[in-house]
Amino acid sequence: MSTHGDIHGDIHGNIHGNIHGDIHGDNVYDGLADDHGDTHWAFGTGFSDGGTEITAPVPGGVDRADLAEYCLMLGDDALVFSQRLAEWVSNAPELEEDVALANTALDLLGQARVLLGRAAHVEGAGRDEDQLAYWRTDAEFRNVALAELGCAIGEHGDFARAIAQLLVFSSWRLALLHRLRDSADPVLAAVAGKGVKELTYHRDYAARWTLRLGDGTEESHRHMQAALEWVWPRLAELFRVSDVERRLVAAGVAVDPAELREEMDGVLDEVLGRATLTRPERAAAGAIGGRSGRQGVHTEALGHVLAEMQSLARQHPEATW
Amino acid sequence: MVNTVLTDPNAVVATVVDPEMPMLTLADLGVVRGVEVDGDAVTVTITPTYSGCPALEEMRADLRAALAGAGYRRVEVRTVFAPAWSTDWITEDGRRKLAEAGVAPPGRAPRTAATGPIPLTLDAPPAVGVRCPRCGAPGTEELSRFGPTACTELRRCPACREPFEHMKEL
Repeated sequence: MSTHGDIHGDIHGNIHGNIHGDIHGDNVYDGLADDHGDTHWAFGTGFSDGGTEITAPVPGGVDRADLAEYCLMLGDDALVFSQRLAEWVSNAPELEEDVALANTALDLLGQARVLLGRAAHVEGAGRDEDQLAYWRTDAEFRNVALAELGCAIGEHGDFARAIAQLLVFSSWRLALLHRLRDSADPVLAAVAGKGVKELTYHRDYAARWTLRLGDGTEESHRHMQAALEWVWPRLAELFRVSDVERRLVAAGVAVDPAELREEMDGVLDEVLGRATLTRPERAAAGAIGGRSGRQGVHTEALGHVLAEMQSLARQHPEATW
Repeated sequence: MVNTVLTDPNAVVATVVDPEMPMLTLADLGVVRGVEVDGDAVTVTITPTYSGCPALEEMRADLRAALAGAGYRRVEVRTVFAPAWSTDWITEDGRRKLAEAGVAPPGRAPRTAATGPIPLTLDAPPAVGVRCPRCGAPGTEELSRFGPTACTELRRCPACREPFEHMKEL
C-alpha cells in the first residue's frame, strides 16, 4: 500500500532531489520517466513480497484466527495513525516538523505493511495487505481510538494536540513492542525488534516538543495542557485486554496491555514534570457495551480517515500506471 | 550449447548502489544479507534500513536488473526484517564515502536495553561526537532530528556555517 505516495514524492523526490540533484547532476524527474517496462497497480506497492518472514509457519498451539486478529490490531494502530500524521504534511508550523511527522508516519506505515501482510497470510482467505487496507469497512478495523483522532485539518488544527497524541501513542507502542520482541510469532518479533528503534526516535521527538511547549511561553503552555486534556480520555482503552489478546498472552504470542500501564505512567510523569505540565484528571472515554476499537467499535473520526485513505483506490479498483 | 561463465553474483551485487544515497553500494550500506547461487539462478536477501523505507522496491528492481544483465536467468530478491538493520553494519568504505559526499557518518548505534524501560533522551546529545564533514570542526548543532530521508538528520557547523546531513545512529 502506499497511502502516502504524495509524502514519498515530496520527501524523497523533491526535497531530497533538490539537495542532491546538484551534487550528482541528476534530474529529479528522471525517475518518473524511467521505463521499467512493467505496470503497477496505482495504489499498492506493486509487489507482494512484503517480507519473507510473513509466510513463516504459525507457532504450534496458536489459533490462526486469533493471530490474524492480533496482527490487524497492531497493524491498524500503525496504519490509521500513520494516515493521521500524514495530514500534517504542509500543515505543521515549520517545514522541519512536516518532515519529522511524515518520517514518523512512514515508519508506522512500514510496520503496518508487515503486520497486515502477516494478518492476510495467516487468515488464508486470499487477501493481501492492500485489500485489508483499502477494502475493509470501519467496523472491520481493530485500532484503538487514540490512533484515529484528528487534529490537523480544519478549525481544530492544533500542533500541540498532534504532539500530545504522538507522545502517548509512541510511549505506549514502544513499551508494547519492547516486550513483543520475545513473541513466539517470528513476524511479530521481527516487527517489534525493528520498531523499537524507530519508536524510540518518535517518543523522544514528541517528548522534546512537549518540553518546549509546556515549559515555553504562557500561551504555548496553555495549548499543551489543553492538548493533554483532549487526549487523556483515550488512555484507558490502551490498557484494556481483549479476549483475543488474553488467549495469545497465554500462548506466548501477545503482550498483556495492562502490563504497560506502570511504564507509561513513569514516562509520562517524567516528561510532564520537566515540562511543568499537570497530569490531567479526566474520566476515561467509555466503551460501548464493553466494546471499543479492538472489537471494531470506533468514533466517527475513523470514518473520515478511511474516506480519505480508501476513496481513490475504490473509485479506480483496477487502475495501473 | 555453449556454456558461458557468469560473473560471480557477489561481484554483480557489489555494483548496485542505494537509490537514495548513490555514493554507497547496497553492500556498503550493509543491507545485503546473503547471495546464493545455483547455476543461473540467484537469490539475494536484503533487509530494509527502516520499516517504511520507500527505496526498497527500487533496490529490488535494481538488483534484479543488474543480475539479469549479467546473464542470470532466475533472480529472486527476498526481504527479511530480522535481525533488524543497524548503522553499525555500514562498512568502513561506506563511512568514508558518506563523509566524502558531505554526509557525516553515524557513530556507534545505541544498544536496546534487554529489560526495563528504554530511557527517554530529553536533551539533545552532546554535539562533540558529530564533526562537520566539510571542515572537520567539532561542536556541530542539530537543526532537525529528521532529515530528507528517514535515516538522516540535519545539522549545522558552527565554524563554516554550512548545514549538512548526519546519518542517525540506529
